[in-house]
This record gives sequence, C-alpha cells and structure tokens, in this order.
Amino acid sequence: MIRFRIERRAGAPPYRQLIQQVKQAVRLGRLEPGDRLPTAREVVADTAINPNTVFKAYRALEAEGLVEARAGVGTFVRKTLGAVAVDTPLRSELADWLRRARAEGLTFEDVEALMKDTLDSQFGRETDT
Amino acid sequence: MSVTTPAVAADGLGVRFGRTHALRDCTFALPSGRISALVGPNGAGKTTLMHVAAGLLSPTAGSLTVWGETPGTYGAPEGMAFVSQAKPLYKRFTVTDMMRVGRKLNTRWDTDLADKLVAEAGIDPARRVGALSAGQRTRVALVLALARRPRLVVLDEPFADLDPLARTDTMKVLMRATADDGLTVLLSSHVIAELEDICDHLLLTARGGVHLDGDIDTIVDEHHIAVGPAGALPFTPDAVVEVLPAPRQTTVMLRGAAPGTPGWEFTRPRLEDVVMAHLRRMSTDGREVAA
Repeated sequence: MIRFRIERRAGAPPYRQLIQQVKQAVRLGRLEPGDRLPTAREVVADTAINPNTVFKAYRALEAEGLVEARAGVGTFVRKTLGAVAVDTPLRSELADWLRRARAEGLTFEDVEALMKDTLDSQFGRETDT
Repeated sequence: MSVTTPAVAADGLGVRFGRTHALRDCTFALPSGRISALVGPNGAGKTTLMHVAAGLLSPTAGSLTVWGETPGTYGAPEGMAFVSQAKPLYKRFTVTDMMRVGRKLNTRWDTDLADKLVAEAGIDPARRVGALSAGQRTRVALVLALARRPRLVVLDEPFADLDPLARTDTMKVLMRATADDGLTVLLSSHVIAELEDICDHLLLTARGGVHLDGDIDTIVDEHHIAVGPAGALPFTPDAVVEVLPAPRQTTVMLRGAAPGTPGWEFTRPRLEDVVMAHLRRMSTDGREVAA
C-alpha cells in the first residue's frame, strides 16, 4: 500500500499529483498488479484533500487501463509500467554515476538540470502526467 | 462527470435591502456530491446567498432551490445544515448540553456520530462552550451540523478564526463526511489558496453577481499565464483577463486562448492566480466577465 502526499505549493493540481504518484510507485515496483490503492477515506485521513479528487484521479487511471475498480472492494493495480525494478543493475550504475558527480562537486540542482537536459535530448521531450 | 440534479440552483436570484442590491440576477447550479467554494470580496453577497439557501431570507427576485425545493421560512430545510459565521452556541451550556439541544431540536439526529465526533475532537463534553478555543467551538458547531445527517452542509467562513492545525483537522472532518456519505458542501472563504485542495467547484461572486461558476480544474485549465515582450498584445481582447505591464515584459492572464504564440512563454496558473485576476479586473473597470 502506498501513502500519498500532496505538495501544496506545486504547480500541478492535486489529482495530477495523485496520478503521478501511483504511476511512479508502479514504475518502481512498489505497487504490483493486484495491489489495492488506498480508499478515498484513507487518502482523506492522510492528506485532508477532497475525496472527489481521489475519485477523479482513480477514474483517470482506470481509463488508462492501469487500475480497475471492483465495486465494494476497492481499486486495484492491473499491470506494470515500464521495466524498472528497484534493484535493477541500471539503478546501481546510476548511483555510481551520481557518486562521481558529487565527488566532482556538482550540487543537487546541477545534477537535476543536467539530467533533465539529457533526458530531453534522449527521449525527445516527452512529458507525461 | 455525470449529469445529476443540482444540489442548489438559482435562476435570476435577487435580494434587495431597501435600495441596495445584495444579490442581482444570479444564475448558477451547484452539482450534488461536490464541494463548492463560494468566493468573492466583502460585500459580494456571499452570506446573503447562504441565508437564502438556509431559508433565513426570501429572494426579492428570481428563485433559489435546494434539490428542487424552495427553502421554507423556518430555517434550514430537512437534509440541509447551515453553519453561520457567528457559530451561535450557548456560551454557558456545556458541550453535552449543546448535544442535547441538537437532539431535541432535530427530528433526525445521530447520537452515536455526535459522541464520536466530539471524542475525536478531544473536547471534554463537560466543558462549557464559553471556555472552548475558537477551533473547538468550530468543531462543536460542525458536530451539531453533521449529526443531523444532512445531504448538504453550507458553511459561512468556517476556517476564518482557526490556527493552521485546527483548520486542517476541521477540513479532515468535513472531507471524511464527504467520502463516507457523499455529502454536498458549499463553503465560503477568503483564503483561496487552501480551497484548491478541498473544493472542486467554484462560484465566484462580486458586486452581487455570479462571475465564474464551474469545475475548478476545468476553470484553471482554460487559463494561462503568458509572459512576453512589451508592446501590442498578440491575443484577441476577449481572451485577455488581465494585463500586468512592465518596462521590458508583459504578463497576461489569458482565458481560452491556445498557447503557442512565438516569443511568449505560457505557464499554468494556480486557482488563486485566476481568481485574483478576475477580482482585480472587476474592481478596476467594473466590466462584466463572461462566465
């Protein structure tokens, strides 16, 4: 089970933040097919956001086929996204690279900017959510 | 979004006190099961509108209905609870006394829920209302409203005098009731930033009229903040809500115009930006905003 957090100052509206966080968790394998998403009541208890926002986010995820709602039971993850397991070798290679970057004196923001620029050029500027 | 009977609908609603129009020609529909924010400057008629919905005031023109019925002249209709800004509670009564009053005065009253909500608020039921903090009094007023098991709760500035913690706790109680029972909520507030998280429908009033009425995400999505060079604007005048000129660059709040104009950068505004732009526009030139 995942717990959502809502970034109050972020530009994205709460329902897009929820969608993004579910996708991120699925992508990293923290949520697997068959796992149940928190109920609206659980999300509300955690975040004090509008339950309709949760329904809206889940409806959008369902329309994409990522989750399915089972009446009276809950909303469940249906499939995986991408192929990034948390313990993939790519992750440790990335960690090695980040250690080198830090050793060379790059700050978090430097790495972020470099990362984003490289991502944009490699993937041709596709942003989801 | 499915089409359902609106919870509150107004058609040409007007309320006049002597020569002063508190509300004039208001037409809107608040969807059921949603949390609607009533926003507007002081004197916009927010409280008057809520009083009409609660059956405390009669319209002098047009009509307002709650689930198709006209609120009577004996206060809040069955299925509807109104929490006024003053939160009228008897200061010398204990919390237990207030709950007893609630039970006696209402045909529908959920004692278990009332007890549970008071316990959750961490309030000693033996304390007198006058000895409670502002946050606790708000919680008691909210318990009195929710224990009636309403379908619609109308709250006038419920968070006005609360500290951030009490505010979040109060919101949670309200949001949970919505999650559990599909409650419909209409609340007014001055603090627009906090409404973006808890409301999904906006009713923007100013000068006694309705200027924006719709789904908050939809309203925000159709607005763009555009930053570009000073000089003539490359946008149709209808799309421009507000212009903030500066010596080297111009910032414009646009509505409905598709972004992609060369030399201009577009970003998504927050609800607060959109509301403030519309309010400033109305206060400066008094032009009507096409809603």
